[in-house]
Amino acid sequence: MVKEIERAGIPVVQMANLIPVAKTVGANRMVPTISIPYPLGDPSTSEEEQWKLRYHRVGVALDALTTDIEEQTVFDVEI
Amino acid sequence: MSKAIVYLNQFFGQIGGEDVADHEPEIRDKKVGAAMLYDQLLDADVTHTIICGDNFVGSKEEEAIDRILGFLEDKEFDIFFAGPAFQAGRYGNACGAIGKAVKEEFDVPVISSMNEENPGVDMYKKDIYIFPGGQSAAKMKDDVTKMVEFGNKILNGEKLLPAEEEGYFIRGIRHQYFLPDETPAYERAIDMLLKKINNEEYVSELPIPELDTVKIADPIEDLSKITVALVTSGGIVPIDNPDRIQSASATRWGKYYIDDVDQLQNRRQEAFKTIHAGYDPAAADTDPNRVVPVDAMRKYEEVGKIGKLYKYFYSTVGTGTTQGEAARMGQEITEELLEDGVQAVILTST
Repeated sequence: MVKEIERAGIPVVQMANLIPVAKTVGANRMVPTISIPYPLGDPSTSEEEQWKLRYHRVGVALDALTTDIEEQTVFDVEI
Repeated sequence: MSKAIVYLNQFFGQIGGEDVADHEPEIRDKKVGAAMLYDQLLDADVTHTIICGDNFVGSKEEEAIDRILGFLEDKEFDIFFAGPAFQAGRYGNACGAIGKAVKEEFDVPVISSMNEENPGVDMYKKDIYIFPGGQSAAKMKDDVTKMVEFGNKILNGEKLLPAEEEGYFIRGIRHQYFLPDETPAYERAIDMLLKKINNEEYVSELPIPELDTVKIADPIEDLSKITVALVTSGGIVPIDNPDRIQSASATRWGKYYIDDVDQLQNRRQEAFKTIHAGYDPAAADTDPNRVVPVDAMRKYEEVGKIGKLYKYFYSTVGTGTTQGEAARMGQEITEELLEDGVQAVILTST
């Protein structure tokens, strides 16, 4: 799906836990998530921690959309 | 008698389903589940079964590998089997990652099996032997038989043929090899050239792998002026699943109106849930924003980082979904996004 969106010239960032899989299927901009069943918020942590993590990683994804890249790129997250 | 060790995920290692996909790696000094089938067919004893949850490998790959290599340090074995993983993407990823590490550390043959649609094939076919397998566990016996037949050839020291003849996915490794009829390379090259000139079919001896990459789209200059859409393969839908999107091998997608909400309400609030059959739904059902982060996007809209969050999010299920179907659904969704002037997308996958 990510390839078809990008093929149309719409920049797309894939947020995924299995980054190697995202690379293989051809995503160009990637941001890691923390797990498969809960990509953006670990239920064993507090609501506040989950929100901070989700807000941060979605922010990284948005910044990725504004970043000029030359090759497939995984963007770094801090939390 | 030679010795073999088999790697299985939590399901085929008889621990359980998605609810225990975080199961930590363990080794047992006996044959568990599918390992018994290997033992029956193989010219070797299966001495141990290694079991690990697919999500554990997915999220903590390095730790999984370290611990499994640690289990194997003091074991004697001549061959290693992983899978079969059928069309299960996470299991294929696990078989490949573990198999590759075992091959590198202990230099024993490692054999796996995956359906050609499994992303693990492209990721790891260069590193280990991967045989083309069925879509589901109904093909267990066939797939294991193929793996074992090849394994027995290796164990018995038989001459191994090129990938096309043995049947595994081409690894792209070149061996010095003399054709049975001893036609030298220069004659074959001239034959090929003549065929090419005459527009006849010929088969290259050095195929260049096709890489279907997409041109990187230009970055957005100013997000605060544009509309950004959320798309997911995590199966988040309204609780009555109005588009009847399948829980696996999906061929349908849906779009759901979110213009009037600050976040996705959950299953208990009779709003959104996941129908994805490939992961434990508990966390997504309790808070669907963990998969489709409407709440965070709304906040970024409020602070002016993005112009607007698109009024619908798009959803389908990405487990067992063929690449062909995924491409078609992607095209259909893209068409709508273009029509409505969406200029950037965040796609979340599980």
